[in-house]
Amino acid sequence: MSSLFAQEVPLSWYLLLSAALFSLGVVGFLIKRNLITVFMSIELMLNGVNLSFVTFAQQWHAVKGQIFVFFVMMVAAAEAAVGLAIIIAVFRARATLAVDRIDLMKL
Amino acid sequence: MNAHLYLWLIPLLPFAGFLLNGILGRRLPKWLVTTVALLAPLAAFGVVLNAALGVFGIIPVTIISLPFTETCPLPWINAGLLHVNFSFVLDQLSLVMLLVVTGVGFLIHVYSVGYMGDDKGYARYFSYLNLFLFFMTVLVLAGNALVMFIGWEGVGLASYLLIGFWFQKKSAADAGKKAFIVNRIGDFGFLIGMFLLVANFGTLTFTEIATKLGQDPGWNGGVVTVIALCLMLGATGKSAQLPLYIWLPDAMEGPTPVSALIHAATMVTAGVYMVARTHVLFDHSPFALSVVAIIGAATAIFAATIALVQNDIKRVLAYSTISQLGYMFLGCGVAAYSAAIFHLMTHAFFKALLFMAAGSVIHAIGGEQDLRKMGGLRKKLPVTFWTMTAAVLAIAGFFPFAGFFSKDAILYVAFLQGTNGKILWFVGLLTALLTSFYMFRLWYLTFMGESRSPEVHPHESPWSMRGPLVILALLSVCGGWIGMERFGNFLAPSVGVLPTEAGNMRLEIILSIVAVLVALEGWLIADKLYRRKPARPAQYAAALPTGYKLLANKYYVDELYGAVVVKPLLGFSKFVLEWVVDFVILGGAAWLLGGIATFTGAILQRWQSGNLRSYAAWLAAGAAAVLLFLLVPWATVLAGLTAIHLGMAGH
Amino acid sequence: MHLILFLIFAGFCLGGAINLLIQSHPINSALSLIVVMVSLAVLYLLLGAEFLAAAQVIVYAGAIMVLFTFVVMLLNAGREARTMGSRAARLVGFPAVVVILAVIATVILHAQGLGVAKLSDGLTNVPGQTNIELLSTVLFTKLLLPFEVTSVLILIAILGAVALARHDDTDPQGNVERTGK
Repeated sequence: MSSLFAQEVPLSWYLLLSAALFSLGVVGFLIKRNLITVFMSIELMLNGVNLSFVTFAQQWHAVKGQIFVFFVMMVAAAEAAVGLAIIIAVFRARATLAVDRIDLMKL
Repeated sequence: MNAHLYLWLIPLLPFAGFLLNGILGRRLPKWLVTTVALLAPLAAFGVVLNAALGVFGIIPVTIISLPFTETCPLPWINAGLLHVNFSFVLDQLSLVMLLVVTGVGFLIHVYSVGYMGDDKGYARYFSYLNLFLFFMTVLVLAGNALVMFIGWEGVGLASYLLIGFWFQKKSAADAGKKAFIVNRIGDFGFLIGMFLLVANFGTLTFTEIATKLGQDPGWNGGVVTVIALCLMLGATGKSAQLPLYIWLPDAMEGPTPVSALIHAATMVTAGVYMVARTHVLFDHSPFALSVVAIIGAATAIFAATIALVQNDIKRVLAYSTISQLGYMFLGCGVAAYSAAIFHLMTHAFFKALLFMAAGSVIHAIGGEQDLRKMGGLRKKLPVTFWTMTAAVLAIAGFFPFAGFFSKDAILYVAFLQGTNGKILWFVGLLTALLTSFYMFRLWYLTFMGESRSPEVHPHESPWSMRGPLVILALLSVCGGWIGMERFGNFLAPSVGVLPTEAGNMRLEIILSIVAVLVALEGWLIADKLYRRKPARPAQYAAALPTGYKLLANKYYVDELYGAVVVKPLLGFSKFVLEWVVDFVILGGAAWLLGGIATFTGAILQRWQSGNLRSYAAWLAAGAAAVLLFLLVPWATVLAGLTAIHLGMAGH
Repeated sequence: MHLILFLIFAGFCLGGAINLLIQSHPINSALSLIVVMVSLAVLYLLLGAEFLAAAQVIVYAGAIMVLFTFVVMLLNAGREARTMGSRAARLVGFPAVVVILAVIATVILHAQGLGVAKLSDGLTNVPGQTNIELLSTVLFTKLLLPFEVTSVLILIAILGAVALARHDDTDPQGNVERTGK
């Protein structure tokens, strides 16, 4: 059993996963047509980055990496709140959530 | 011991008058304007007189020695090796010139009070006149060529302003432009001369140039000739010699006192003064001297022939001025500088008088200037008549009037200069005959016989006009009595002695008698044609129609210049301006800029589509580019690529 | 075990992410994202970040995603309609993403000195000090100011969200309607 606990996972795998999540987020940003889904892709990107931070915190045994993730989460929360409020306002004005239809600055 | 002469006051006082009358003149009452305008030249004359008395030792307190220099303590140009300051120099030459300029200038100012009394631009007129006096005194007092050039240009400007004084008249405005432009052509020569002076002597101060020329005997011909000829070009422009004389007859569009002051006594003599001032250059270049003499003699006879058939009283006098200026240049050309200055002085007296008297006549008969419509004014305008007679006798060169002494001095020295000199002397003699003839023609047509316009009732001029006439008449009579010898000796320190070694007293007397006889002959011919047989002139004109037309139309020189110089220039500048600059350059630039903006705008416009996804795509592309740039070790990549390339090329 | 756990939950992550892209209804995308969040929380645990794992579940999955779901349901967003695509997105965007991924992957794979993660490893290797103890010590002493500023930030975000999402009470002329009707 102890050998199971002693198994190692190279940190580079974590980083690759993080990169993959990030890229998938970008792809989602590019191909999705619903405004909310686009926003969700952004959250996905953020999470990928968070994973990368935590990995490096483990690498260097530095707690600062984790603290940064903490702050990222806070800011992401604030951003999600405001962003969704904006989406609601836009929806009220445009009555559509299709990204291609929302192309004027003036509401 | 050197006292203060306050030379700088001499230009400054007229300048103050210019400012005062120019800026405030319209709001000031007329008497105040007159006072300011007359005070300025009078005060300047006073300063000059003070200096003169100091020179002659009459006032023991202010004995001075010449040359007397005043330099402005503030430096002007200190550029490399060239150092130019505002400096005024008083020597014998400038003293004589200043006396003439301020003295005659003051008299003409007084005359103008009467002549221009009813003109609406009274204050403007006097401000311009004072401005002219300012620049002329600067020119005369200049200690170096650059300060002289200030005065040179300035008198041209004042001349333009005054010729075109009645600018509402198109002919007057055109005449002003013509004068200024032709002057500028001459000034180009002056400028080139100055540049060459700087290049070769490193200085523009006259005394320094004279010293340098004296030190090195190698300065003969060559560069000195070129400089002298360039300066002469400037002189021909300013002093109305061939080929740049065309502006002077047109300048008669200005008021008569202006013609008297500027185009008889002072401005046009600036060229002669300048040649006398830089005589060291000419002395070292016999070629330039002969050019000057030939130009002078040719102009003298050329203008005299035109004056024979002119019908406007002022035109006759204008061509007469050109002719007499030719005499002065002839004098300079035979190195008789003091004789030329002597003639300049006497000419100032009688020519100014002639113009002012003509102005008096014109004023008397209500603005008429055509000789053919005058006549019989002898009894009606006695003062004008007698003063003008004195002037006519003077210009014709009768003994003992002023013109006799000065003209004879020039012809005498010319005669002494070898064969060429004798030719010049003969031309001068011929011109004297013509001068006498046309002056007496004018005299007869104006004053004698019966009036050809009986409906006009002439009235004599006010005393403000008659007073200067009388004074100048006295000067025309007595002005020559100082004698060439004493005058020459006085001027010798500044312009050199008269080259009269080859002559003797007997020759001089013979030549003088010949000159007087010639003048008498001219009078007799005029008497015959215009008093005893007044029908003859018309017959002669009819007998030689082409000759008459040629003379009456001034040899068509204006038309020639117009066709050869003016028209092509106008056409060319129109082409350059309207086609090259306007259409091609400006229009092209505007079109190009607009085109570029539109083109790039059309391309870039598609980028701002409002499409969120394309924005996102470009964002990702930008991020990818940054990552690529930062994370790829370009050095190793490029090295590897090069190695591969070379490896492949090797096979 | 570490390896197996990692493989399973990494699989969940990638699967959820890909599902997010594939689904056409936003609510399905939201639910997939929740799966991703939770899997990430487990991965944080594996990396010795216990507090963050908890925060991830509480904040991200529990608050943010709930908010997303609320909004989806509020706006009654339907299946995505087929709208015109963006040529730029396809021509420029995809290659860019590929480049990004490739570059990062290359760098990661060629990096020396990346270590390994062991389940037994905490963050500090100091026995007796838990992760949360370590984290809070730094957070409340050295980084107190950013912490306070973040709370202000969240306050601002609340205000902003309220202001933006409020019903517009002005009539067409821009006059504020009398409320209470």
